[in-house]
Amino acid sequence: MNVTRGFTGRPRVQNSGLPPGQYDAGDDWPVLSAEVTPDLTPGEWTFRVDGLVEEPRTWNWDEAHALPGSVYAGDIHCVTSWSKFGVRFGGVSLDAFLSVVRPHASATHAVAYSHTGYTTNLPLADLTGGRAWIAWEYDGQPLAPEHGGPARLLVPHLYFWKSAKWIAGLRILDHDEPGFWEQNGYHARGNPWEEQRYSGD
Amino acid sequence: MTETFTPPTRFAVPGRIAVSNQTAAVWQSATITEIRRETPHASTVRLAVPAWAGHLPGQHLMLRLTAEDGYAAQRHYSIASAPDDSGHIELTLDHVEGGEVSGWFHTVARPGDRVEVRGPVSGFFAWPGDRPALLIGAGSGVVPLMSMVRHHRAHGLDVPLRLLVSARSPQELIYAREYGAETTPVFTRSAPEGVPVGRMAAAHVAPLLAEQPNGGWEAYVCGSNGFAEHASRLLVEAGQPVDRIRIERFG
Repeated sequence: MNVTRGFTGRPRVQNSGLPPGQYDAGDDWPVLSAEVTPDLTPGEWTFRVDGLVEEPRTWNWDEAHALPGSVYAGDIHCVTSWSKFGVRFGGVSLDAFLSVVRPHASATHAVAYSHTGYTTNLPLADLTGGRAWIAWEYDGQPLAPEHGGPARLLVPHLYFWKSAKWIAGLRILDHDEPGFWEQNGYHARGNPWEEQRYSGD
Repeated sequence: MTETFTPPTRFAVPGRIAVSNQTAAVWQSATITEIRRETPHASTVRLAVPAWAGHLPGQHLMLRLTAEDGYAAQRHYSIASAPDDSGHIELTLDHVEGGEVSGWFHTVARPGDRVEVRGPVSGFFAWPGDRPALLIGAGSGVVPLMSMVRHHRAHGLDVPLRLLVSARSPQELIYAREYGAETTPVFTRSAPEGVPVGRMAAAHVAPLLAEQPNGGWEAYVCGSNGFAEHASRLLVEAGQPVDRIRIERFG
């Protein structure tokens, strides 16, 4: 351990709920995206699931909202080291979309992509079983454009760069294929509790 | 079936810069050799990092401080210095109100202290000096852009480079004495005699986009999220293609 002279840090809280290396951002919700925020209205938004599935399908705003609603209430964690407690997103569980398209037995991974062209890869197991959402509400309000509105992917148990903003679709694959940040040196999976920040962690 | 997924726009084409995954994964000890005040709220820290693998202008690193009880705090910082073979790198840090890491740098740190760094990380915002670069920054958002300006200068590059930098006042303008003809400062609260005061506007961006260099500009925007939204919108409205705008937001 390399102790830094005179550094004490913030007062520590036992069982703070913070993954290692994270701090509590409190009421702040920093915005991190590498591209220009798109002008995308709900009327223009679509979400497609294709690749290794029985029935590829594209949903528009109204069709997606006709699926059973689902809420995530919990915490989110960004690789740049902030975490945010007690957030509440509304949308639809990804399971509801996947049960319609029916992934093949050979399917193992997905690439999520945005209307901007941003991509990120995920094991299919991280997107199923009630662990991932298409979210369009935050705290009861429409999701703001800079936070990915009108709709974003939400995979709160992984670092937040996996929760692609302005989600446009999922391509289901039988192999892992690095996305935008993963090609820029970030970890393939990004589990905050194991501090999977960079490739090699 | 094996296929390679291609996204629907060109934004997500792989980074032009290959990033070494080895260097990103290893924490290295760095020794503070100098601390220079830049403005009332920003200081530059010079670090000796003997095993530093080198970086490209615009890249950042992760920095870690460790307390005696093992508690560690880590933050991303842009690298301010141009790549060189001195075995040193420089960071310029704002003193963030209540910031546990920047607070340590501004009130405790002195030459000889050791911290840990890993990196460089991320090639997306990097500029190796190969394309005309239009740089727009505000506050400490100018830090990675200054690495590019210094690189351009150190190598006497011919490729066009312009910097638009916004600060509240001349006193708050980081690196004020280093700017040359490539730079236009914009002051939002107070300005020298004869210089207008106001927010960065279309009138600042338009002349730069009018002098369209061969191959077009690669635009790099860095600052707070509010500034990044504003500046990237100005660029799009002035005709800059969205997939030629790279943004680093300070979250």
